[in-house]
Parts: sequence; structure tokens; C-alpha cells
Amino acid sequence: MDTSRKVVVLPCSGIGKAYGALSREIAYELAERVRPDKTAMTCLPLLVISDSDALKLVRENPVITIDGCPLECARKSLEAVGAKPAHACQSFKFYVAHKELKPEGVAQLNEAGRKLAGLAADELAATVDRLIAGEDA
Amino acid sequence: METRVKIGIVSCSGEERPEGTVCRMACRRLLEQATDKTVTICLPLFIAGGREERTFATKYPTITVDGCEKRCAARATETLSAKPRMTLLIPEILQKHGLAVPKKRRNYGPDEEPAIQAVIEELAGAVETVLANI
Repeated sequence: MDTSRKVVVLPCSGIGKAYGALSREIAYELAERVRPDKTAMTCLPLLVISDSDALKLVRENPVITIDGCPLECARKSLEAVGAKPAHACQSFKFYVAHKELKPEGVAQLNEAGRKLAGLAADELAATVDRLIAGEDA
Repeated sequence: METRVKIGIVSCSGEERPEGTVCRMACRRLLEQATDKTVTICLPLFIAGGREERTFATKYPTITVDGCEKRCAARATETLSAKPRMTLLIPEILQKHGLAVPKKRRNYGPDEEPAIQAVIEELAGAVETVLANI
């Protein structure tokens, strides 16, 4: 196994909606707590300006996009630079599966939102493991 | 009828860096404090959105706020929409206020508040400057 291989976690950059904040929190949970050694993050706007380091990272590693709204900025920005997500998800769907945890707050999520982000990251861990092993998501 | 010109704020989202979080939180709070003067757009919508999103900086005099020297917000706004009226950079603001860059990317509290307040102060001043020069 190539130990340098990382799964890139690319959340949407939404600054106006709770589900954008949820996307980002899921990415942080995944990259900082759940799979810190197997994941990497990059800023989505770096793809918008075609930053060479960011382009190399997303073109040479599998990418999980986590979008906060149907406009799917993360997935579309990735595809705009010629890469495809190995796995694309929307943060709203984690709420649909865990309706007792309603995310609120834009600058920072409420406690329910943070719990939901933790659960979502736990669920995505298996996807990270499969991608690191070279399997399909 | 509301005819007053609003200022467009384009924030770096900087998911990878603490400066990005400072940027997002300060811009968000300023937007909430000055809803009659400001609007925003998620930066990647310049690519993922449609014509409406790409005309953002032509409709609104725009201030960009960036978290690092790569200046994604300023460059993307100018390239994909229109030249911003003012550009701000988080490290410069924090240096001016004698503050260190926060070390973490999330779960901000009292330790990070001075950095956020410094950016809000500078951004609010920039909004007034741009409004005064329209």
C-alpha cells in the first residue's frame, strides 16, 4: 500500500447556511479526529484560482466532496479542474438520517450540529478506508 | 423602496487554515451587524453558480477578505466577476493589531475573539470607506 496516499476531504465553503457550516465541521471531524493519518484537506477556493499545489493534491488522490446545498460548489469546483470525486455527499442527508440532531448556526454550529458532524464523520470513515485501500467508495 | 447601494463582501473560506476561520467568522458577524449595508456570496459560486453569481462584483462594490498571501478571494473575484474596490488580508490586520494568528481551525472561543474583533473593526471601516466613495 502506498502510505503517502491520502483521501482529500473537500467541504463546501458556504458561509451563509448552517449546512455549509455542517459540511465544514464534518470535514474537520474526519481530518482531525476520525482519520487524521489518512486524510488531507485543502481550501476549496484554491481550486477556484487553479493553485498548482491544490490541483496536484486533488488530481493525485481520491477526493470526498461534502456539499452544503444543491448548488454543489465543492463537487462542481473539483470537476471544473478536471478531477472527479471518489465520493460526493451532501451534509443535509446526514440530517435526514438523524433528524433528532438539527444543525443551527452559521458562524459556529450548535451542539446538535457538532454531534451530527461527528456521527457523519464516523460514517464516512469506512469510505476513507476503502479509498486508501484502493477500492471503490 | 430600498435603493441604497450595498457592499459585497467576499470572504476567503480557508477551510485548511486558521486564518480562513477568522476570516469567515469575522465576515459573517459583520454581515449580521450591517445587513442594511452588506451582502455576500460563497466564493466558489463564481464557478459553480450561473451568470447571476458571476455578475456579483459588477452589481456590488466589493471588498475581499483573504486569509493568506494566495489571495483566493481577491483573485477569483477579479478574474471571474469584477475588480474589488478594496482587498484586506488577515495576517496584515492581525499584525497591525499586535495579535497572533489563532492556532486552531474550529471551536473558537474567548482566546480567538480579539482576532475576530480586529478583523470586524477593519472590515467595518472598509465598508464605510467604500460607501463614502461611491
